[in-house]
Amino acid sequence: MSSTFEQIANIIAETCDIPRDTITPESHAIDDLGIDSLDFLDIAFAIDKAFGIKLPLEKWTQEVNDGKATTEQYFVLKNLAARIDELVAAKGAGA
Amino acid sequence: MHLEYFHLIDRIIDLNIGAKTITVEAQVPEKNTIFEGHFPGYPLMPGVLLIEAMAQTSGWLLIALTRFERMAFLGAVKEAKMRGFVVPGELLTVDASIIHEGSGFAITSAKVRVGGQLRCSATITFPQVPFPNPDLRGHMLTMAKRIGFPQELMAHD
Repeated sequence: MSSTFEQIANIIAETCDIPRDTITPESHAIDDLGIDSLDFLDIAFAIDKAFGIKLPLEKWTQEVNDGKATTEQYFVLKNLAARIDELVAAKGAGA
Repeated sequence: MHLEYFHLIDRIIDLNIGAKTITVEAQVPEKNTIFEGHFPGYPLMPGVLLIEAMAQTSGWLLIALTRFERMAFLGAVKEAKMRGFVVPGELLTVDASIIHEGSGFAITSAKVRVGGQLRCSATITFPQVPFPNPDLRGHMLTMAKRIGFPQELMAHD
């Protein structure tokens, strides 16, 4: 599994006090792990710092609210890891 | 400081948009019913109100950085430390700076000093959302003028 997933799983385990071995690539941060929006801000902060990016949470939330995306696209951890990889790549390309 | 209205901040001393820092002053009143209960014979400014003062200071900084486009609401308080008592009549100097600006949220570091001596500190998280209605935004603009928010940083409708 990608190192990005490992990193975010470790961040979630540490930030939300969730046993690391219960966090899988298929886990949905909200539905499976029970992470609420405020706890997710702590995770976003840690991810922003670790990867040098800014997770576009507002844009994602808007897309979900508008029916243009599902929460699974952003909050299932393997998908979150893929989005992070995209953001890191975009940042590298723009540097 | 108008405790009855939860207005903790009296005046902005410095607001630096480039450095993303703010310094304000807040005069703790000599007399208030709060001190009759907290505590009888030994009046102390409640720690929760000192946290609120740090939150309001941070809030003004965040409102300035978003040019009155977004309201910052208190989300989480971490590492809140009450390092020394604050008593009636003391003048608080409160500083806040940005630790992180995320998407739709920000984290600040805030400190309360009295006469240069650190009395409390905290790390505070704020969800930031568009003002929920024009009334609140108008109220904040009025308050901003009252506490000396720099005119050049005021939003103009």
